[in-house]
Amino acid sequence: MAILETKNLSYVYGVGTPFEKTAVDNVSISIEKGEFVGVIGHTGSGKSTLIQMLNGLIRPTSGQVLLNGQDIWEKPKEIRRVRFQVGMVFQYPEYQLFEETVLKDIMFGPKNMGLSDEEALERAKEAARFTDLKPELLEKSPFELSGGEKRRAAIAGVIAMDPEVLILDEPAAGLDPKGRDVILAQIAQYHEHRKNTVLLVSHSMEDIGRTADRVLVMNGGHAEMLEETRKVFSRGEVLEPMGLRLPQITSIMRELRGMGLPVSETVLNVDEALRELLPLLAQKNREVPAK
Amino acid sequence: MISDITMGQFFPGKSVVHRMDPRVKLCLTVFFIVMIFCAKNFVTMAITIAMCFAGIALSKVPMKLYMKSLKPILFIVAFTAILNLFYGTGEPLIAFGPVKITLNGILNSVMIAIRIVVLILISSILTFTTSPTQLTDAIERLLKPLGYLHIPVHEFAMMMTIALRFVPTLLEETEKIMAAQKARGADMESGGMIQRIRALIPVLIPLFVSAFRRAFDLATAMESRCYHGGDGRTKMKILKLGKIDLTTLISCVVFLGVFIVLNTVIPPIIR
Repeated sequence: MAILETKNLSYVYGVGTPFEKTAVDNVSISIEKGEFVGVIGHTGSGKSTLIQMLNGLIRPTSGQVLLNGQDIWEKPKEIRRVRFQVGMVFQYPEYQLFEETVLKDIMFGPKNMGLSDEEALERAKEAARFTDLKPELLEKSPFELSGGEKRRAAIAGVIAMDPEVLILDEPAAGLDPKGRDVILAQIAQYHEHRKNTVLLVSHSMEDIGRTADRVLVMNGGHAEMLEETRKVFSRGEVLEPMGLRLPQITSIMRELRGMGLPVSETVLNVDEALRELLPLLAQKNREVPAK
Repeated sequence: MISDITMGQFFPGKSVVHRMDPRVKLCLTVFFIVMIFCAKNFVTMAITIAMCFAGIALSKVPMKLYMKSLKPILFIVAFTAILNLFYGTGEPLIAFGPVKITLNGILNSVMIAIRIVVLILISSILTFTTSPTQLTDAIERLLKPLGYLHIPVHEFAMMMTIALRFVPTLLEETEKIMAAQKARGADMESGGMIQRIRALIPVLIPLFVSAFRRAFDLATAMESRCYHGGDGRTKMKILKLGKIDLTTLISCVVFLGVFIVLNTVIPPIIR
């Protein structure tokens, strides 16, 4: 069953002014429960506006957002409940930290949900475990943490609300390669463990290729495709005009295939590539024994 | 939302007013404000209003935006006008005990309302057509003589430029932080006064932190480019008085002459 669905969703900025601009244009998509969906698109393609409509931060100009089949704007007064069900981690979320201690900051969301102190504490500790924040960090001021730790603390603040759908906007932006890997691995692990729905917006095709079941391609406010990752990345010629490229490993494997190596057409990540290349290498070594 | 505030915003354009020297615009603005408060009779009042609308028309900025800039002060206009209504002298038209409304009071409150509206419109012409950089440049140039009294004019101008430059940035940042806290269930739209103030803490603390961060970054960036204050600093765009400026200045001086004569000859509205 679709957990999140949009029907002819549109958003226009600055209606009636000279700066009028359609950011999201008639988008109808459907996201299944438990899916990991990657969202890609060039800067200004409407990704950010779209995801902010999905949890009711922006009210659509026209069209509907359905959460579990219900229009989220049916009762505008209760929009906060939608925000607890559809958690949103913004770009550079570390700038939202404000409490005295990391733990209190993570508890901010659960307490807003109306949970008791004990429950909120329990949720916060669990979220901290998911994001691998060491217990001794929890009593520190969030401003004393390192960049990567701040980022994880901020993500924990959203995870602690235990949302059915978790949306992350470029969660790894500005981190070093190792920090990137850690965050992505934690998100993947969290997804696997909780079995909830995750939407990951990223400019890194490598990250999308590694994690996503399906990919939503946005371009000029339209939803161009919402297909299985492999299918999307097998269509490099369609992605290129939109300012998007294939994951590096996919391109390399394509080239190799063009050179006559018997590898499959669309390889999504390095692990898959290894599985294909290592046997070939072993075979070659057998044919030409080392001297 | 917050970004809807038009007062003090700059609208790039190529109109005559946009091309005028910012120093001239600044002086004329001050001069108009003095005029509107000195105007004592209908004729001089009408002249000033007419000149104000001429400026609006010449600026080629849509009238809608001027209207929008008036919106936030409508309350103040109404408030002062109503207050002035009860402070007239002379024969009362209506009286309820000690509270009386006189013809003088009505005229007075109408005049006050018009004055405030024109004041806002005139300053809007200036800010709509002059970029913040141009404006501070003009202030710096005009205040330069104060430098001889060891007043750090350049530093003040630089501070103003920076402050103005960061207004939109901080507004944008505020919106972002508010969205992020709302996504964590922060409730900023309901509750009483104290609750609403408390709800601002999660927005204000990150905002301050980021403002300080930006300040340090900016200081480092300025130092890396060897900024060391105003001494010996040259300008890329040197302000020069052009034809438009001279024409405007001369016509305004003529108007001023007419204004002074009429203001003294014709009897004032309020005695």
